[in-house]
Amino acid sequence: MGKFQLITKGLIKENPTFVLLLGMCPTLATTTSAINGMSMGLATLFVLVLSNMAISLIAPYIPDKVRIPSYIVVIATFVTLLQFVMQAYVPDIYETLGLFIPLIVVNCIVLGRAEAFANKNGVIDSACDGLGIGLGFTLSLTILGLVREILGSGSAFGWKFIEGDGILAFVLAPGAFLVLAYLIVLFRKVTQKKAE
Amino acid sequence: MAEFAIMFISAIFVNNILLAQFMGICPFLGVSNKLSTASGMSMAVCFVITLATVVTYLLNMLLARFGLEFLQTISFILVIAALVQMVEIVLKKISPSLYSALGIFLPLITTNCAVLGVALTVVTKDFNLGEATWYAFSTSLGFGLAMILFAGLREQLALNDVPKAFRGIPIALVTASILAMAFMGFSGLV
Amino acid sequence: MTMAMESSFKNMTICLFVICIVCSSLLAGVYALTKEPIDAAAKAKNEAAIKEVLPEVTAAIEEERTVTMDGVEYTYNLGYDEQGNTVGCAINVETLGFGGPIAMKVGFDASGVIWNTKVLSQAETPGLGAKCTETAFSDQFKGFNPYEKKLAVKKDGGDVDAITASTITSRAYADGLATALKVFETIVATPMPLN
Repeated sequence: MGKFQLITKGLIKENPTFVLLLGMCPTLATTTSAINGMSMGLATLFVLVLSNMAISLIAPYIPDKVRIPSYIVVIATFVTLLQFVMQAYVPDIYETLGLFIPLIVVNCIVLGRAEAFANKNGVIDSACDGLGIGLGFTLSLTILGLVREILGSGSAFGWKFIEGDGILAFVLAPGAFLVLAYLIVLFRKVTQKKAE
Repeated sequence: MAEFAIMFISAIFVNNILLAQFMGICPFLGVSNKLSTASGMSMAVCFVITLATVVTYLLNMLLARFGLEFLQTISFILVIAALVQMVEIVLKKISPSLYSALGIFLPLITTNCAVLGVALTVVTKDFNLGEATWYAFSTSLGFGLAMILFAGLREQLALNDVPKAFRGIPIALVTASILAMAFMGFSGLV
Repeated sequence: MTMAMESSFKNMTICLFVICIVCSSLLAGVYALTKEPIDAAAKAKNEAAIKEVLPEVTAAIEEERTVTMDGVEYTYNLGYDEQGNTVGCAINVETLGFGGPIAMKVGFDASGVIWNTKVLSQAETPGLGAKCTETAFSDQFKGFNPYEKKLAVKKDGGDVDAITASTITSRAYADGLATALKVFETIVATPMPLN
């Protein structure tokens, strides 16, 4: 597979949110607006690329039985690094995303890519894979956040186009589940048509 | 005493960990096809969350004493992973029947963000040990309640004719959405 | 690429040990590097919040002071004008909202009239209680005189307009302000070293 394909496959064919259905917790929790969704996606992208690279480098030297704990430590290290950097330079975003930044550690996408790709492939390929999956995740979260923001608050990327409130339920928990359900269905319909 | 009762009700109904805080969604969608597996998972989670919170609470006191709070995330996840393994080993030895009921769910729990989530919430909230344990226990009961209700609904749903594109996860998400709406009705309780 | 190594007790222990040492020293290093910007960001945020709740204070903001009321310690900053007169006081209080504690800063002028309020952190429901951070709600407290109007939501017989469908948050906000007022009175009643 070429590098370009490695990057683009995460967008549609192996989209982590709509196809692989991974990392649902941050997907539902942080997409109250498009900006929030995008920030969460980019934060995950950062961890994903770095941990994929580090793991592909150290994987040959790690005994098989302790590979999962080793990967978790590596991932947790990058997550903590991200926490420091965000606290220092973008404290507002850090506060909005709150608990879900440290929870990237247990995001199954990150450990999943380490186990399924990074420990068998070279550094550059692993970085591309992380970038692709991370971009796919960012894109899905942004779309989900955008739909919820438009319906729920009557704005897009913070730009308000309706006076007053939107349909509140879409910003709250039920809307998260509902919008995600319909986006998955839509995604399935579109990709199926393409395949036919 | 009243505070404990309020914390209990709030953690189960109002701020339900699954339906309001979105933690632990993976097992919520993954193992909720059958009522029996859902209740097994709920029990295992309940046990691990409570235990892990107590241990990480104490660990955090230790970290704070040495000014090492920056190792919080990394040490919490390691302790949780080790704890889950230990529970698995101990359970295998002392209660094979319980092990056969919960065993297969235990490895999945390490990456259940509800466990790390509750552990991290507790240390940011300035609870004492009693409150922390009670909060963790109530929260995990809330997890169990939502999980079991959801599994019951999905068992019924399996008997219905669902449009093709909605089969599997999408219809489960629609169900979860309605359940979340129902739980919002509890908002006024506390 | 090569497959993973065979596992033996010795190499497993060494491997985990080395990874943990490398990772924690890396973190310690980055922590030391980012500590300064993190503290600076927190300080800048705090000062911006003080400026917001004490709009007429022109002099530099000095160190935080503490006061104890009913066994709880509160922190506050005094605001001075250029002549060095005390013109206001920004008090930090915490109140229990719907989704958890709401931390806020309340600015009073010397007579106890509220200048402005600012939410520092909150975990209220987005779209509902989280509106307490918006000016549409908080502007009603600009110039709110708690000795003429009552610090309670209208539902409870007070003069505070609640956020639609978020009575609990609004009530918590009003409670927070009432606590801040009490702290303010305690500060005024306590003899203070003048500077």
